[in-house]
Formats: sequence, structure tokens, C-alpha cells
Amino acid sequence: MTISLLLRRGLMLLCFALLAGCDTIVLNPFGDIAAQQSKLIVISTILMLIIIVPVIALTLFFAWRYRQSNTEAAYEPDWDHSTMLELVIWGAPLLIIIALGTITWISTHTLDPYRKLSRLDENRPIPANVKPIEVEVVALDWKWLFIYPEQGIATVNELAVPVDVPVNFKITASSVMNSFYIPALAGQIYAMPGMQTALHAVINKAGVYEGFSANYSGAGFSDMKFKFHGMNQQDFDKWVATAKADASVLKRADYLQLEQPSIKDPVRHFGTVDADLFHAIVNRCVAEDQVCMDQLMASNMNVKTAKTSEVKGFALLAQNQRNGRALDAEVCTTPSITSGKK
Amino acid sequence: MFDQIDMTKLIFGRLSWDAIPFHEPILLATFVMVGLGGITLLGALTYFRVWGVLWRNWFTSIDHKRIGIMYMILGIVMLLRGFADALMMRAQQALSFGDSHGFLPPHHYDQVFTAHGVIMIFFVAMPFVTGLMNYVVPLQIGARDVAFPFLNNFSFWMTTFGAVLVMASLFVGEFARTGWLAYPPLSGILGSPDVGVDYYIWSLQIAGVGTLLSGVNLIVTIIKMRAPGMTMMKMPVFTWTALCTNVLIVAAFPVLTAVLAMLSLDRVFGTNFFTNDMGGNSMMYVNLIWIWGHPEVYILVLPIFGVFSEIVSTFSSKRLFGYTSMVYATVVITILSYLVWLHHFFTMGSGASVNSFFGITTMIISIPTGAKIFNWLFTMYRGRIRFEVPMLWTMGFMVTFVIGGMTGVLLAVPPADFVLHNSLFLIAHFHNVIIGGVVFGTFAGINFWFPKAFGYKLDAFWGKCSFWFWTIGFYFAFMPLYVLGLMGVTRRLSHFEDPSLQIWFQIAAFGAVLIAFGIACFVIQLGVSFMRRDSLRDFTGDPWGGRTLEWSTSSPPPAYNFAFTPLVHDIDTWADMKSNNYQRPTDSFVAIHMPKNTGAGVIIAGLSAAVGFALIWQMWLPAGLAFIAMMAAIIIHTFNYNRDYYIPAEEVTRTEAERTRLLASHV
Repeated sequence: MTISLLLRRGLMLLCFALLAGCDTIVLNPFGDIAAQQSKLIVISTILMLIIIVPVIALTLFFAWRYRQSNTEAAYEPDWDHSTMLELVIWGAPLLIIIALGTITWISTHTLDPYRKLSRLDENRPIPANVKPIEVEVVALDWKWLFIYPEQGIATVNELAVPVDVPVNFKITASSVMNSFYIPALAGQIYAMPGMQTALHAVINKAGVYEGFSANYSGAGFSDMKFKFHGMNQQDFDKWVATAKADASVLKRADYLQLEQPSIKDPVRHFGTVDADLFHAIVNRCVAEDQVCMDQLMASNMNVKTAKTSEVKGFALLAQNQRNGRALDAEVCTTPSITSGKK
Repeated sequence: MFDQIDMTKLIFGRLSWDAIPFHEPILLATFVMVGLGGITLLGALTYFRVWGVLWRNWFTSIDHKRIGIMYMILGIVMLLRGFADALMMRAQQALSFGDSHGFLPPHHYDQVFTAHGVIMIFFVAMPFVTGLMNYVVPLQIGARDVAFPFLNNFSFWMTTFGAVLVMASLFVGEFARTGWLAYPPLSGILGSPDVGVDYYIWSLQIAGVGTLLSGVNLIVTIIKMRAPGMTMMKMPVFTWTALCTNVLIVAAFPVLTAVLAMLSLDRVFGTNFFTNDMGGNSMMYVNLIWIWGHPEVYILVLPIFGVFSEIVSTFSSKRLFGYTSMVYATVVITILSYLVWLHHFFTMGSGASVNSFFGITTMIISIPTGAKIFNWLFTMYRGRIRFEVPMLWTMGFMVTFVIGGMTGVLLAVPPADFVLHNSLFLIAHFHNVIIGGVVFGTFAGINFWFPKAFGYKLDAFWGKCSFWFWTIGFYFAFMPLYVLGLMGVTRRLSHFEDPSLQIWFQIAAFGAVLIAFGIACFVIQLGVSFMRRDSLRDFTGDPWGGRTLEWSTSSPPPAYNFAFTPLVHDIDTWADMKSNNYQRPTDSFVAIHMPKNTGAGVIIAGLSAAVGFALIWQMWLPAGLAFIAMMAAIIIHTFNYNRDYYIPAEEVTRTEAERTRLLASHV
């Protein structure tokens, strides 16, 4: 048993030593939200170690102390109950969980990705003159599209935001589920077709960070990465101006092209973007002949008033959707054939 | 009119020569190896003329002990397959950096990790747990068999044919490339138009029927067939955990069946339960599959808690500490396991209040689980601990499992989960609890009950080798994954750019190799023990100083388990009987009423697999024919009234006299 003890201790020490040395971005991030999340990991772990360390120590100690060959140790074969001990073994974990549960309730609310930021970091509130920047994120097969509605630009596989400016992400996907994750900035949130999720975050240090999809989404998943740039305001303005000057256009038809599955796409900039493209993507009506989901739902709510026309409308919609579906089916078979050839 | 119908299409559906992977060298080599191995095995069986014996004594057996053993064999065979997948993944991730893309293209790699998860959960862990329950529960409660012996045989064959379908996907067509829970829209017809997801659906549907029926069977057995005097609060802890697990099975598995049925309706008939358009919503699938999936992890681990309870108390030569609190902890876990499913997708965008509710319920489960750990700890306290192989596994479990428990509670804090979800940290966590819990517990259970099942102990040297390789291998294989998770590395990647990560994957691959040695040692242990069986023989029926009823009968037990149904006065019945100078009855035996073997289970389950295979390939004509044949077999079976027989009193007397002689000659 002592060998295993030494081994485990050694392994754990080794882990911590190496942890300090390597790039554990999740524990040492550069955005305030991720920093609070990492702090929570450390606090929770310490709280639980209060129980875990004694348990492991006692297990090994009891195993050694009450080994069969140690005839000096007490032996009570019929001792099987102690109210005091029962109180401790149910009570101690209960107390830890009450503490952890309280932390959980508070932190889950303060770090809710839907919640607007209230500070830039521990010591700085948000200055009155700073206006959050909006970014619309679309997970495509297998690349990321970022639309900047205020700047009127869009990018593929490159995301840039100014340092110390709150960012409001709106997130969706084109065909399958992905997860939008930049470890340096903040925790992940799923990107799902036909639905919109949100994330509020801020980056506190200029630099280039990794971003990727954290939810397996098919053949091109491993390469579904992008660079996330935290820039100071001048650099960001320059970056926007360069993108704005790009002649590429992202209208609905261009989006339908872009949406087609592809792997390892280079960074692209679009100087002109259709203003309501993101709304159309979320509501699955980018193609001209498709009814937007929000419209459909609104008209479904009024179904009592216009019954017959509604039924006709629905039939038309079904027809259109089926057309769309046939198109999608064709698109989706392509990648498996190409990757099969590889 | 008729010449318009494409007969080839009707008979073969989507199946064609393209489905056989001639162009994949790895698969082709595997296929050849499996083929040669299979032919050798079948040849040997024929040469030694054991087909008849196999069929009469095993395949058609409705004896819970033989079915339990067959479940364990299924689990071991599938463990080899699932572990081969694991080795391929570890190798791929250790090699595939920068310019090197490893040896598995995504198309293949994605099938490997999906198959690994599906096989390990459904066809390794489930058969192991079901096998242990099947073998031990009737013996522990003093019963002669389960409540529905034929159903038991049928359940086993449904599970087995589910596994056969998964194996078939290796060589005919391909398996799903969706991850082991097959989330739509990726698993929908648009995301996965080929047969992979259909293999997934039908193998799980067929195996799921088996699991559900075996759950019903064991619940009824435990409720109705306990020996007189065994009140609920005098049941052995393993039986308690088995009862709770089977309640979970019966409540949870229909959800899986329903959600997979809806997924196949979406895929085949164009319904819109989980599609992106027409009002479908994939979030419903994610919710439903986890309403099954979370109880599933407790289905696996609860009986294992029971195994450890029996072992700790036996090898500490002491009563279990806190029996009552152990039972309540089990029941509390059973109930709570239904209130936590959302913690698998905190990141799906639920509000803060919903997330914190499910986070806190998850943490609450750690309280009864912690109580169990403490109870084992205080069972060891003031005991006389013998470090035989089952106890070693238990020690390994207690140290390893608490680490997995800790990282699990950490993942239950939603904001922490946001940064760790889907990362290798998560992978490390659930392997930490499933290997540290279910696998260690299974090996502990195998080493513990093997002498009961076969009449000789397993060789201790190779058992210890297996234990140390597994344990050390586990730490090498999964501690690096915790670190990688903290470095922001996500799961299911087949290629990496950052070279600084490579060393961690290499350490993990080394750990996997150590585990491979552990598995090899276990197989050697089985072989060596068989060769040395005469010196390892157990004549007493009670090789470990056991405390529960299964140790009161001979090793292996006779077909009827107990010549007379025992009377129960205490929790540790057998320990109680021993301390009160129990005298084994030696005369006045009566004839014993027993169920008779039947081939109906194999035949019906085999036909249902044929229906499944035909449906996977959309071979409508064979599917219809196989379905009709299956229904016919079921109906014919209902007319079989020749289902029971009596073991004559003379034979019982003879068997028991033989045991009396053996016991007397080895005092």
C-alpha cells in the first residue's frame, strides 16, 4: 500500500508542478468573466478538499492500521452503529454542500451569460462613455461567421474586439449544434440552429487567443477554429476600416454559398453585409422562398381569426420547406464523400 | 405493373458491395483476423463436439447462474472491442500533431469514438452489472431462480444480439459518427444520411428491450421471492442496490426507447420531432436522452456500491457499518438521480435559476454518496482486513472514486461547467468514476464471486498484476486529460496544432498501454486459474468467510441453489447461521420444482436482430418476413406447456450426500 501512496502523492505533486509550468488558460484567462469562473473552480476545489483529503488519508490509514497481521489493533466484529458518527458523516458533507450551494446560486446568477456586464474587472466599473459592442455569431459547417451590425462588416474565422469594452454576443448556427468557446474570454455557450443564445463578456488584455467549437459537429469539427483578437481601440478601428474597405459582399445569396460545408476556411472579410441577415439565419428564412419562423409563429397565434387562409399558408410553407430540405440534403452528402476520398 | 417494382431494392435495400469496407486496410485486416479467429473457434467447437453441450446447457439455459455467467462473458468480449477503440483513439491523439494527421481520417475516427462510448456503456458496463445481479441476487435472497426464468434467457439474448448488430456495423456498412448519444440535428437524416445512426438506433432498441425486461424480472424476484424472515431491512446491501437499480431501469429505459423511436421516425418517415424546421426542436432530444442518461449512470454504479459493501464487510471480517444509513443513502440516490439531468447541458442557454437548481440537486447527491464512502471507511475501522484481490480493488476504488466525485461536484457548479464542459476535463471526470467505480467494482465482484460460480478461486498473483496495471494505468491515462481540460482542450478532436499538448497525450497513451497489460493479466488470470484449478479448489462453498446466503450453498451451487429454503433471522444471514452452530440438513429431501430450458429466447432474439438488420438497410421484404417469423416464434412459444420439471428427491439426496462427503473430507 505504501508504494501506491507514494506513487499517488508523487503523481499529484507532479501534476501541480507541471500545471504551474504549462499554459492552463482556463485557470489563467484574460477576460473578467473567465477570471471569475476560474476563481470559482479554485474555491470549489478547496472546499471539497476539506472532505476529500481526510477521506483518502483515513482510507489508507485504516487499511494499514487494521491489516490482518496487526493483531495489536482493536477488533470489534459486531460494532456496526454509532449515532455520533452517523451525524458527522451525513452532517459534514451537508455543511460543505450548503456552502457550495450558496456559492453556486450566487455565482450562477452573477455569471449568467445572458446578464449584462456590471464591471470591466475586479477594480473597474464600466465607464459611462463606453458603449458595448454587438457581435452576431453564426456557427457554419465548419467555420465561424461573425457579423458586426453596428460597423456593417462581417468576418469568417476571425474575431476582433476592443480591450475593456463589453461585448454582447448573439449566437446561432446554420445546420447542427456547436458550442462557441473562447477560453481566454469567457465560458462556452451552445450555438443551435433556429435558436439564439447570448453571451456577455469583456477581454481585459490585448492579445491573440484561441477560439473554437467545443461541441462535436461532424467531419470538419477538428479544424473549426478561429483567432480571437483583443485590440486597443485604435487598432480595432483600423481593423474595422480594413474590413470595411474589402470589396466582398455578404448578401443572402452569398450567405447561402458560404453556408455550404467546407473545412479549414481561410480568414475572410466582408465590407458590406445584409442588415437583417442574422435575423433571417435565426429564423431559417435566408432563402427567398422560406417563411420566417417568427412570422409563422405570430400567424399561428392568430390562427383563430383567419382559419382557411392560415391552412393554405401552412401548406405553402410546407412545400417551400420541403424544397429547402432537398437542397440541404444534397449539400450535406458532399462532405462525407470528399472526406471519404481522403 | 409488377415489373415496375425493383426486386433488388426490395430485397437488398441500401445494401450493396460498396458497404463492405474493402478500401479500408485497418478494417479489412480486422475483418480477416476476426474471420480467421471465428473459423478456428467454430472449427474447434465442431471438432470437440461441444455444440450440443453449448446449446443444451448454456444457450437455452434458463438457470440464472448460467445466464449471469454468459452476461459476464459478453461483457468481457465487448470490453476487448471497446478497449481496442480506446487504444486507437489514444494512438491517434498522441500522433496527430501539426503536419502528421495520424492514421485515422475523421470519417473513421468519428466512428471509433462513437462506438467506444456506445459499446462501453451498453455492451460492457450494462452486461457486467446485469450479470452480477443475475448471478448473485437469487442466491443472496435464498431463491431457486428469478421470477421469470424464460424472460431472463430472452433478455440476455436481446442484449447479445444488440451487441452483434454493433459488431456487424464494423464489416457491413459503418457505425454512427455522432458521439455516443447521437444528438440531432447531426444524427438526423440531413446530418447523417447513411446507415451509421440506424445501426446505433436498432442495436440500442433491441438491447434496450432486454435490459428493460431483465429489470422487471429482478424487481419481481426481489419483491416476491425472498426467503422467509428476510424483511426489506434484512436484505443484503447488494440486493438493495440491485432493487434500486432495477427500479431505475424500469423507469428510465422506456424514455430511451421512446426518444430513439422518435429519432427513427424523423429519419425514415420525415416527421419533425427534432429537426430544425417545421417546429421540430433538438433541445427536446437532448433533454429526453439525459432523462434516461443520468439515471443510467446510477444504474451502473449503484450495484457496484453494493458489491463493495459486501466485499468491505467480508474482508474486514466485520458487520457493515451503518446498514440502515447505507440503505437510505441508496434510496435517496435513486430518487435524486431523476432530478439532475439538466447538468449535462448547462451551456444550452437555460436561465440562471434553472441552472442553479440542477447544479444544487447534483451536489446534494454527493451527500448520500459521501455517507456511503464513510460507511465503508468505518466498516474497515476496528476490523481485521485481509488484502485479497477483491479488497485491493475496493481500496483502489475508494481512493480513485472520491477524486472523480470531487471533479464531478466541480462540474455541477454551472459557471465552472461553462469553462470545463465538453473538455477533456469532463472526459477525465467520467472515466474517473466509471473506471474507478464500475470497472474496478466489476473486477472486485468477479474475483469475489468467481469461486462461487466455478468452484475454484482465481489466481491471486495475476489478479494483483491486473489490479496494479489497471490502477496505475488509469492514473497515467486520465490525469493528463484533467490537465489538458484546464488548458482548454476539447473532446473528440482528431488533430491538434499546438505541439506543447503532445506530451500529455503521449503520457495518456502510455497509461492506455498499461491498462492493456491490466486486461491481458486478467485474461491470463482466467487461464492460469483454470490450469491450476485443482490447487485453487474451494470445497467449503465459503472461501472468504462470507456473510450472506450465497456462501451457505456449495461452489458451484446445484441447479436448485438450496435444497431447503433457508430461514432468515439477521442481516448477515450466513454469518449469523455460522455463529449459531448451524447444522446443514442431510436427509428428508423432497422433489424440487424447476423451470425447463427452452430455445425460444435465442430464436426470438435472433429473429428480432434480423428485423433490425433489415430495417437498418431498408430491406423491406426481408424485414417483413423476419418480423412475421419472429411473431410466429413468439406465438408458438406461448403454446409450449412443457415448461417445468421436478428434480426427484433421490437426485437431491445424492447431490447433497456428495457435498456432505466433500465437506467431511476437507475439514
